[in-house]
Amino acid sequence: MSHKGRVHSLETFGTVDGPGIRFVLFMQGCLMKCQYCHNPDTWNFDGGQEMTVDEVLAEIEPYLNYYRSSGGGLTISGGEPTLQAGFVAEVFSEAKKRWNLHTTLDSNGFNNAEKLEYLLDVTDLVLLDIKHIDNDKHKVLTGVSNEQTLRTAKWLSDHGKKMWIRHVFVPGIHEDENNLRDLGKFIGTLNGVEKFEILPYHQMGIYKWKELGREYPLEGVPSPTEDQVQRAYRLIEEGRRMQTV
Amino acid sequence: MSVIEREITGANAEAWRGFKGGKWTNHVDTKNFIDENLTPYTGSEEFLAGPTQNTNDLWKIVSQLSKEERERGGVWDVDVNTPASIVSHGPGYLDKEKEQIVGVQTDAPFRRAIQPYGGIRMVIDACKAYGFEVPQFIVDTFTNIRKTHNQGVFDAYTPEIRAARKSGIVTGLPDAYGRGRIIGDYRRVALYGVDFLMKQKQREHNETVGDGMDENTIRLREEISEQFRALGELKEMAAMHGMDISKPATNAKEAFQWVYFGYLAAVKEQNGAAMSLGRVSSFLDIYVQRDLAEGTLTEETAQELVDHFVMKLRIVKFLRTPDYNELFSGDPTWVTESIGGMAVDGTTRVTKSSFRFLHTLYNLGPAPEPNLTVLWSEQLPDAFKKYCAKVSIETSSIQYENDDLMRPIYGDDYGIACCVSAMRIGKQMQFFGARANLAKTLLYAINGGKDEKSGEQVGPEFPAITSEYLEYDEVMKRYIPMMEWLSKVYLNALNIIHYMHDKYSYERIEMALHDRDILRTMACGIAGLSVAADSLSAIKYAKVKPIRNEKGIAVDFEIEGEFPCYGNNDDRVDQIAVQLVEKFMGMIRKHKTYRDAMPTQSVLTITSNVVYGKKTGTTPDGRKAGEPFAPGANPMHGRDKKGALASLSSVAKLPYEESLDGISNTFSIVPKALGKEEETRKSNLVAMLDGYFGSSAHHLNVNVFDREQLIDAMNHPENYPQLTIRVSGYAVNFIKLTREQQMDVINRTFHNNM
Repeated sequence: MSHKGRVHSLETFGTVDGPGIRFVLFMQGCLMKCQYCHNPDTWNFDGGQEMTVDEVLAEIEPYLNYYRSSGGGLTISGGEPTLQAGFVAEVFSEAKKRWNLHTTLDSNGFNNAEKLEYLLDVTDLVLLDIKHIDNDKHKVLTGVSNEQTLRTAKWLSDHGKKMWIRHVFVPGIHEDENNLRDLGKFIGTLNGVEKFEILPYHQMGIYKWKELGREYPLEGVPSPTEDQVQRAYRLIEEGRRMQTV
Repeated sequence: MSVIEREITGANAEAWRGFKGGKWTNHVDTKNFIDENLTPYTGSEEFLAGPTQNTNDLWKIVSQLSKEERERGGVWDVDVNTPASIVSHGPGYLDKEKEQIVGVQTDAPFRRAIQPYGGIRMVIDACKAYGFEVPQFIVDTFTNIRKTHNQGVFDAYTPEIRAARKSGIVTGLPDAYGRGRIIGDYRRVALYGVDFLMKQKQREHNETVGDGMDENTIRLREEISEQFRALGELKEMAAMHGMDISKPATNAKEAFQWVYFGYLAAVKEQNGAAMSLGRVSSFLDIYVQRDLAEGTLTEETAQELVDHFVMKLRIVKFLRTPDYNELFSGDPTWVTESIGGMAVDGTTRVTKSSFRFLHTLYNLGPAPEPNLTVLWSEQLPDAFKKYCAKVSIETSSIQYENDDLMRPIYGDDYGIACCVSAMRIGKQMQFFGARANLAKTLLYAINGGKDEKSGEQVGPEFPAITSEYLEYDEVMKRYIPMMEWLSKVYLNALNIIHYMHDKYSYERIEMALHDRDILRTMACGIAGLSVAADSLSAIKYAKVKPIRNEKGIAVDFEIEGEFPCYGNNDDRVDQIAVQLVEKFMGMIRKHKTYRDAMPTQSVLTITSNVVYGKKTGTTPDGRKAGEPFAPGANPMHGRDKKGALASLSSVAKLPYEESLDGISNTFSIVPKALGKEEETRKSNLVAMLDGYFGSSAHHLNVNVFDREQLIDAMNHPENYPQLTIRVSGYAVNFIKLTREQQMDVINRTFHNNM
């Protein structure tokens, strides 16, 4: 019996969400309400379109050559993909069974990893977004606590999973020196972190907030300068070195 | 250097020292020379050298002249008194002391010549537009005494052709200027020297006398005589520069110069729509390799030869009217040079000079000309693929065409004329045929042959569609005969044009560098493919209601519901596009062609997608009257929703065998969407090109830049004198585009998923 999933959109040529060229499936629905979100149209659970696993696979198949030859694969993002874990797990396992495709889950970690083990078993790489290391600021930024996300990171670490930690950097929100070091320290406690990436905040999603009739909370906030980004990398790196696993 | 298996003796022993002999030593056979003597290179770009002081100094002069040219409204100067020929002007220099390669089209760089054989009207109008005046005696000569191509064409045009031309259902016809898209084998000049080639032509001339002196034989004898004479003039032109090119080139510098003289003679004589160069870089590499081995060149001086040669190609200028430039954007000349590719025997044609030619984009900065075209094969050396990707990402100045698709058809010594037209060099030419507008034809089908803009009866008076909603089968029933009509009018026009061009504006020197017996193609083309396909898709899958004006002409359409759009790898609509290509090609094939040319077609609009759009009313796909078409075979911008690979896959479905003159696709992507690190961007672009061409696609322009950068360039052109972008099949200097064309480029789909 095949699951159906609610899909926001798809991208056949993704190059920034995991290694190589990737098929990126954006799932509909998310429980965080990040102020900087550039896809607020993926939040609600009624939007998008229903697709079966077979329909998704049929969209991937024509491009397998590209994904294989570039060392890429399939990324499922969102929205928050773990909210449709059954569907995502089935897409991943079918993609592996049929084509031995590399699978990547792009998640905010706001879900109980233990209960998601069947999904993580067919996931080769997790892109884990840590929105803020300071819990209070995390609540302001996303509307929820970061405890679950940090537990997920720990679980992945304990279970030998590979992950890339990603951190959107918004000027004024992520600048605090101690926070950045703390983030580094936390990452330093984890195994299996293959990569850490800062994603500089950009304003390309603003028009979507306006289309949805929502007020944009970060109105007037600029993208970070290259210097700000490098400083953040440096501080996080310092933190990581303080904490050796 | 290759081992000498057979010592070359005789008069050319010195010039051909160190070369491996073969068939080429006794007969004109450039390909065989390359087969025997090429040194493939599979390494990386590390060996490349920067510009010399002389190169920098010369480029400064060119930059200054370019600036002055812009300030003077687009033309620096015109010699209005001297109709151009191979020997009409004395030599001109940028800086005689510093130039390794000499010669410009007139007696000064940037001074344009008048070339009236294509049409005197174009010369008069162009001069007037830029503030010059053609002397009366020249106007009289080319009006009353010496007939031009343009006059000949209009003597023979039918009222039907004139009406179709005026309404824009057929457009861009080369009936007022040179047709171009003919590639002389300029390498022959260097390899053999002109005397050998003249002797060859003499023999060919003698071999025309057979049973009867029929029309074809007479024409051939006259043409070969003209070719012979042009070769004599070529020698004379070189002599004006103090050089004797009657014998073969003896070193690399001479080889570059001899090849350039051949090309220069062509662009002095012909103002052709596209004056392409062929495939010279790896040929010239053989000479460079020999000089490097003999110790007479270093990498620096070798690169200097390439840089100076390319600099000359960059400053080829033609006098054209502003509306011609509006059609084609910013003074294009299509000095297309084909680089790389594979040999039939499985070795690569990539040499160190393939790198050196691409490296000019760094030594001299990016530029639209020469139109650097990489013949892509999956088998190309990895390091070369990576280097190409790097150059694309950093300069947006190269285009790619599928060698694995073309090599089985054209062998391994073909080149690209203009944008996407492959031809065997020295063995094949084409009759350039511009294009027919399939989107407008659909409106004619709906409106019973009446033009949707003027209301005039241009097409045949078939019954118009009068139902409230358009019904797919009924539309197709009207569309097919309308396309048949179009193909007939179109081919009639082309036959007239090429008959007259051969008669009044024959390409003497270019054809002198061809074999006697060549393949000619009648290269038709289609525009508006994606608009027509999406319109038919809308009619088939949604409900389309025409809004008719008081004359009963559908001037707008209401669309209810969704329909699949071309560009999403969706067969429901992609197969409509495929069928349109196949059907129209089938129609073209039905007609007799001038000189029994082989009919072909392209899906290519150059930048005229803007002008074609202007001439076409609102279409059933929701495109409003006057809005640009997508260029070439591109999906309409904003309608490809599934990302780059889906978009590329739709285009790759168009069958090359039904469109042998080429299928153009222009791809724009923001740098960050190719990946985060430089290495990743390169490898992703290589994988993309391998995948695209692996699916039998024909051509891809690659642009890598941010939309914001273009907007800034539009507002501050002075900061971007060399900003180069790829459009349909060639490159342009962005700041030379009209505002409308700039907006069109900016509005196109930029793949930017991040």
